[in-house]
Amino acid sequence: MKNPLESVTGTIISGLILTVVLVVFLNNFLAPVAA
Amino acid sequence: MEALLPGLVRWAHIVAGVCWIGLLYYFNLVQMAALKDAGADGTAAGITKHVAPRALLWFRWSAVATWIMGIGLLCTLGDKGGPVIHKAFTLQAPYAGIGIGAWLGTIMLINVWHFIWPNQKKILGMVPATDEVKAKARRVAMLASRTNMMLSLPMLYFMANGFSHHIG
Repeated sequence: MKNPLESVTGTIISGLILTVVLVVFLNNFLAPVAA
Repeated sequence: MEALLPGLVRWAHIVAGVCWIGLLYYFNLVQMAALKDAGADGTAAGITKHVAPRALLWFRWSAVATWIMGIGLLCTLGDKGGPVIHKAFTLQAPYAGIGIGAWLGTIMLINVWHFIWPNQKKILGMVPATDEVKAKARRVAMLASRTNMMLSLPMLYFMANGFSHHIG
């Protein structure tokens, strides 16, 4: 499998996925904070 | 003056951060592709000699300034228990959101000084390196820069969504 960081598109998609993962982690495993 | 301080530090943090992340996006979205094309027609020296060293100077020092101002901001913001910096970095409620942003920014700063800058010095000929070492340095610097671009997206989400605005 190609490293997603080889391309700008793959980098942005990886960043978006990581953002969603961290937001879910924050809201479910750490106390939720109203933004 | 005490009431003004958090606002001034936050403003300085954002100004330095715009410089840092702006140059990070310049490297990833403009310079990497431009160098590939410039290498093909023999004009890469214009970028590597005159543009990249200046861009890297502002890039690495604005990264330091952004991080110091961010730490300074967390030191000026407090609740009943005093400054919240340790609660943010240990992801304690209700400071976990800004803590995640602070950790991402810290990892990005380490990336700049530990991976990107030392390898760019080899690539640009600021330190002696064989062609083989330069080729490896190019790969490491590219992946570290792309990693920072990837991390910048969640970092900016946690910085920009008001997770620190209710403190103090």
